[in-house]
Amino acid sequence: MPVVAIPALMRNLTDGEDSVTIPGATIREVIDNLETRYPGTKAKLCDGDRIHPSIGVYINGVVTRVGMHARVDADAELHFLPAIGGGVVSD
Amino acid sequence: MSEKKEYKVIGTRPIRHDGVDKVTGRAIYGADFQITGLLHGRVLRSPHAHARIVSIDTSRAEAHPGVKGVVTAQDLPEAEDKIADLGEGAVSLKYLCDNILASDKALYKGHAIAAVAATDPHIAEEACELIDVEYEVLPPVLEVRAAMEPDAPIIHENIRTSSLGETGDKPSNVASHIQFKKGDIEKGFDEADIVIEREFVTGTVHQGYIEPHNATALYNPDGQLTVWCSTQGAFTVREQLAEILQYPISKIKVVPLEIGGGFGGKINVYIKPVAALLAKKTGKPVKVLMNRADVFEGTGPTPASYITVKMGATKDGKITAAQTSMAFEAGAYPGSPVGAGAMCIFAPYNTENVLIDGYDVVVNKPKTAPYRAPGATNAAFGSETVIDELAEELNIDPLEIRLMNGAKEGDHRADGPVFPRIGFIETVEAAKSHPHYTAPNGKKHHGRGVASGFWFNIGLESSVTINVNPDGTVNLVEGSTDIGGTRASIAMQAAEVLGIPAESVNPTVVDTNSIGYTAVTGGSRTTYATGYAAYEAAQDVVRQMIERAAKLWDVDEANVQFTDGEFSSINGKEEQISFRDLSARLGETGGPVVGRATMNPAGAGGAFATHVVDVAVDEETGKVEILRYTATQDAGKAIHPSYVEGQIQGGVVQGIGWALNEEYIYNDEGEMTNASFLDYRMPTCLDLPMIDAVIVEVPNPGHPYGVRGVGEVPIVPPPAAIANAIYDAVGIRMTELPMSPDRLLKAMGKI
Amino acid sequence: MARKSHVQTTINGEAVEFLCEPRQSLLEVLRDELHLTGAKEGCNNGNCGACSVILDGRLVNSCLVLGVETDGKSVETIEGLADPDKLHPIQDAFLENAALQCGICTPGFIISAKALLDQNPNPTEHEVRYWLAGNLCRCTGYDKIVRAVLDAAAAT
Repeated sequence: MPVVAIPALMRNLTDGEDSVTIPGATIREVIDNLETRYPGTKAKLCDGDRIHPSIGVYINGVVTRVGMHARVDADAELHFLPAIGGGVVSD
Repeated sequence: MSEKKEYKVIGTRPIRHDGVDKVTGRAIYGADFQITGLLHGRVLRSPHAHARIVSIDTSRAEAHPGVKGVVTAQDLPEAEDKIADLGEGAVSLKYLCDNILASDKALYKGHAIAAVAATDPHIAEEACELIDVEYEVLPPVLEVRAAMEPDAPIIHENIRTSSLGETGDKPSNVASHIQFKKGDIEKGFDEADIVIEREFVTGTVHQGYIEPHNATALYNPDGQLTVWCSTQGAFTVREQLAEILQYPISKIKVVPLEIGGGFGGKINVYIKPVAALLAKKTGKPVKVLMNRADVFEGTGPTPASYITVKMGATKDGKITAAQTSMAFEAGAYPGSPVGAGAMCIFAPYNTENVLIDGYDVVVNKPKTAPYRAPGATNAAFGSETVIDELAEELNIDPLEIRLMNGAKEGDHRADGPVFPRIGFIETVEAAKSHPHYTAPNGKKHHGRGVASGFWFNIGLESSVTINVNPDGTVNLVEGSTDIGGTRASIAMQAAEVLGIPAESVNPTVVDTNSIGYTAVTGGSRTTYATGYAAYEAAQDVVRQMIERAAKLWDVDEANVQFTDGEFSSINGKEEQISFRDLSARLGETGGPVVGRATMNPAGAGGAFATHVVDVAVDEETGKVEILRYTATQDAGKAIHPSYVEGQIQGGVVQGIGWALNEEYIYNDEGEMTNASFLDYRMPTCLDLPMIDAVIVEVPNPGHPYGVRGVGEVPIVPPPAAIANAIYDAVGIRMTELPMSPDRLLKAMGKI
Repeated sequence: MARKSHVQTTINGEAVEFLCEPRQSLLEVLRDELHLTGAKEGCNNGNCGACSVILDGRLVNSCLVLGVETDGKSVETIEGLADPDKLHPIQDAFLENAALQCGICTPGFIISAKALLDQNPNPTEHEVRYWLAGNLCRCTGYDKIVRAVLDAAAAT
């Protein structure tokens, strides 16, 4: 199952866990399943039904460009970090 | 991707396509643009760093002969509580608009208040002095630590500290707090035999491009707005104009003219919306130019910062824990690059236990803008100085400690993600084996220092079309502003695919009506991502040309191959035709061939650099002279090595300026006292030796030729490398930038 | 607005007449009145050299010279350097050495280099650096510019 690294400032919602395994074949499924297990997490990562524009989703170390639609391998490692734009970081 | 492939075009050094225009003075930059009936605009700026605007009376200016129109924030659409989506993140529309023309408060000296259009630039300037503005002056907040004090004057009443969605309960100048945590920081320090903790301060510095901002705007009676300007990204200008003016994107055309440097500072718009407002008000084309003081006082510098770094290591040099707290000045509105700095600071080192806190803090200075690897230089000044001290205390060679701890493919970055194939170790090895590192350097007050640096690089959107000409040349159309030779580096990638010389590709950068969306020239992305799009568009041309050859020979497409610029028939007929000859036969085989590609590639790969510098410190004056400089950098694959070297050399020299001289000097009222090129002292060629740029090539798996962006990371190591060299020379650890003569004399106890 | 003056001068070998206000700098006249936009405004106070021209054989910042001062004098600008079918050796050297990135400072550097080589055809690296210290470049770190000028000196 994909491993989700929990952002430091979100670990209050995951009983202090810094990394959890969550089922899902797409980012959308993983986030929905994360929300089911740890309510409140989706609101931190998403703006409505898309990834919050200030967040970059890393799948196995590579930033995805298709957000919620990105496919996730069974052993993928996911990180949610500040998005880096054209030399800009949005806050 | 094939390693060790022989290339015909890539890796060569052709004359750049726009070169003749640029050495003959014919290239048209933003300020050079002329159009019939042109009016000239001028912006009135706040003389106060923090003031409430009580009233603005423009009547005397409007009555001045030659004045055709005056605008203030009243002419901007209502922005309260709206969110602007600029594609790269949501920002408050009010902040965006208020930075164009202040509505209620002036938040820094130089903040735009009003603007005039007149028949002549001198008349516009005179008229600005006739605008009567009544201010209620407020105490300014000028430094990040002061701004974080609980009793600091509040700049924005509505800002509450945000931490990943949680917001504080009272107004604060701290707009946001971010945190990265890995492993167990306490355990890491417990395991260390030595722990070093230092604090660092860096000054406000400017990108320092030689060309001031400029814009010419025209509204046609049908509502079409055209803006001619120099910018790092015509499409981001279009997006910002659409949001700020609340105007449909379909009615805005942005024409990018040649640009005289940007370094991140020509992404945000300043006078472009002002030119548009003046054009609308007057019904005439209006050109607005900044002067140099406007550029310093009214456009994004890069943040001053206060950074603490604590690192622990075992006796044998293994780094066991790394902790930092980084507070960055955002300027007047939130949005410093503290996030990027926080993600870069420990990235070169594979460290199990990490704790990183970052704070984005508003102060009464211009809203900061990106500057070449934004945030990473501030960060590396701290971490790379502390690592040098660890190495010294442990009696380990400073490059050796980097090799021992350096990140490799498969290691996890301090902020989490796993590294793909990267070339950090290779840059350290290249520095170590360079003759510079072992050259004698024993003179009194001479010293040698090293430092490394990391920058992410980015991908983002690029579009390219390629039109085949009947003589076997192609016209390549792209949307990436060419700031440093990217027409050449993009064209060369298409030429390599098509098997034609670089000179047979004619690249043109076009306006927003003429090419698909293309993100800014920034993030070291252009040769990588637009080059990738050129590669794919050229592949599209090849596919179509194979169809044409098949038609010509009446064979199946599967039986046509393309190698080394020749199409040939396999499995049967013996046919062969060159790219050039087939180009002449497109009419008879189905008409023109246009290749196209759009890209949003994810695998930009990371960029690493390791620098070695020798300095001489003058004990009498405190002046630091750069005696020798060697910069090694992983470029993945250098498409045009001369321009890769140029990026490295230019970045190094900006870093030298940041290290030794450059800073905004403020008085207590918050006025910048050195807003000229005389007093804001950028390096001249007399201050420098040749810069030895050593290109290391560890191919990036995320690009067909292995390209990594090269533009940004070279600015990251210099301040730390020079601080370490100064220590080697005189035994003093400098922890404040710039390390100017006065600071050095003070540190040496001479004054 | 002050009454305009009538100025007769020579620019790149051609007789030129223009009208200008007394307050207009030579840089403004070149760019706005004569549409010779090769000289650039980087600072408008003599610190960056992007507006360099040669006035009666002497290198000047055209932002610090008034248009009216050029009456009866001779001005050389970047536009006059190349022959119709051949670049000046300094221009060739800049291209071959990749001595430009954004190019905004390039006309000023080439004019400054020409003024140097006119009076010192074989400068040392230090002499080149000393002479060009009045021209700012923010892109290149100067390395390739200095090499280009040394190459141009060797080629002529």
